[in-house]
Amino acid sequence: MSKLEAFFHKHEPTFKDGGKLEWAYPLFELVETFMLTPSTRTTSGAHVRDPMDLKRMMTMVIYALVPAILFAWYNVGLQGYRGEGVMDPSAWDAIVRGGWHMLPIIITSYAAGGLAEMIFAVVRKHEINEGFLVTGILYPLTLPPSIPLWMVAMGIFFGVIIGKEVFGGVGMNILNPALTARAFVFFTYPTAISGTGVWDVAGKGMFSSGGTVEGYTGATPLLAVSDEALRGSTAVEALSQYGFEFNDLLMGLIPGSMGETSALAIALGAAVLLITGIGSWRIMSGVVIGMVAMSLTFNMVAGPEALPSMTMSPLYHLVIGSFMFGTVFMATDPVSAASTTTGRWIYGILIGLLIVIIRVANPAYPEGVMLAILFMNVFAPLIDHYVVEGKVKRRLARHAA
Amino acid sequence: MELLSIAVRSVFIENILLANFLGMCSFLAVSKKVDTALGLGAAVVFVLTITAPVNWALNHFVLREGALSWAGLEGVDLSFLAFITFIAVIAAMVQLVEMVLDKFSPGLYNALGIFLPLIAVNCAILGTSLFLVEREYNFSESLVFGFSSGLGWALAIVAMAAIRQKLAYSNVPAGLRGLGITMLTTGLMAIAFLAFGGIKL
Repeated sequence: MSKLEAFFHKHEPTFKDGGKLEWAYPLFELVETFMLTPSTRTTSGAHVRDPMDLKRMMTMVIYALVPAILFAWYNVGLQGYRGEGVMDPSAWDAIVRGGWHMLPIIITSYAAGGLAEMIFAVVRKHEINEGFLVTGILYPLTLPPSIPLWMVAMGIFFGVIIGKEVFGGVGMNILNPALTARAFVFFTYPTAISGTGVWDVAGKGMFSSGGTVEGYTGATPLLAVSDEALRGSTAVEALSQYGFEFNDLLMGLIPGSMGETSALAIALGAAVLLITGIGSWRIMSGVVIGMVAMSLTFNMVAGPEALPSMTMSPLYHLVIGSFMFGTVFMATDPVSAASTTTGRWIYGILIGLLIVIIRVANPAYPEGVMLAILFMNVFAPLIDHYVVEGKVKRRLARHAA
Repeated sequence: MELLSIAVRSVFIENILLANFLGMCSFLAVSKKVDTALGLGAAVVFVLTITAPVNWALNHFVLREGALSWAGLEGVDLSFLAFITFIAVIAAMVQLVEMVLDKFSPGLYNALGIFLPLIAVNCAILGTSLFLVEREYNFSESLVFGFSSGLGWALAIVAMAAIRQKLAYSNVPAGLRGLGITMLTTGLMAIAFLAFGGIKL
């Protein structure tokens, strides 16, 4: 370790003020703090000493994402084979094929987003932050595996630059950058990221066996329950029409955005975030409460000719689509979420309500998690403002008495 | 039910500000503080709730083609006067709001400053009056449409004001400070409002 320290110490002057590579200091700082714990200390004022700095926090989120990433790796390949009629490929085949499709997307996201982040860091002289490590992996996990790489790059450029850097970088943005990136791709190239046929890699790539199954649509469960032709049948019936069983939905062995499919793998990540206290349990439970309340309301008012999605029980809402992924990793983003205690409850519950409203009542989008969270990101500062205002008022009243 | 659908549509789905981009000037200028924004939002709601039905009545009984048949004037079409009449009504209402605010809430009156009389030329207000003619709403629909358009506008400006209060802690690049970042934020807000974009009521 001391050799490493000596190495950084020796090269530090090159990057410090007046050094030859002064402009590249953010890069140096990035590598240095990655290897060593910074020895800089605060010298004045009162400070909380806590080993839980931004870097540990973000790294912890990455750890929490590992189950979802590994599962996606396997599932992308598996769904590719299944779409071609090979129902039980060996695990090895599925992993090789999954990696072939998924890794380039992740690498593109990191490379393109990292480039944008780096240019801003050098020009604006701020540190490169671990926040980007999280954005750079969250974003590709929300994409379908068949998305062209250049769209991946466009999206992350938009997310990092317009969603975050124009506000001054990590901690100063309004909307979640990963979701901003995804929303950009969603609205700009809708055919590549919605509808049927994009959610698996059947018939694509060098591992494709070429065969396709007759009648195979590649629809996701959410498309199944919003199928107009199945009006009047229940959600469970509609899902089984499309061949989706509850266990598969829970495990995540279904086509969909890469990281979102497995409720179980994400639940593992959620446990990590909750135990370490990084993800707000108030927001997560708020979202679930809102979702349960709204879906029960829809269940109650569903008429005989209602869409299957009206009759979908909260349990299915929980395991289908990106509900878990959005709740655990997107809604809890500490920067764009509400930051007061009461505010977090309100914020979470409203997200839950909106998710179900968009899923059921908005025929334009089968899934509503991304847009519900973005919408509430916009209102999070307002919620906080009024929560604080209310506290101030109550306290004034108490002291006046 | 029809009225409720108009209300939901004009607050969320076709938000006058974030979907039609009407009323941008005062939105950008008076969204620095939540309290002021709320005051302006309330003023816009008030003005819209009065002008929309009044303009509807004017259009229905005086301006549109054949409207004057009750006075025995068949086939008279005064609809070319719509713009100027609507604006006159709006300006009169704004005067009223101004006097009321000056009397009862001088703080807000001073905070709003020049933007209060400027409500008279707020495109959201004239836009609402023109929309209700174009969409052939009846009286109660116009009333609800005016009120909820105003509410949608108020919601947007208050959210924006809260965001801008938070942006005080941001480190925006020098060239984008002020209006630049506000415009970008408005665009991002409009993306978020697309959540309701396809709902049919």
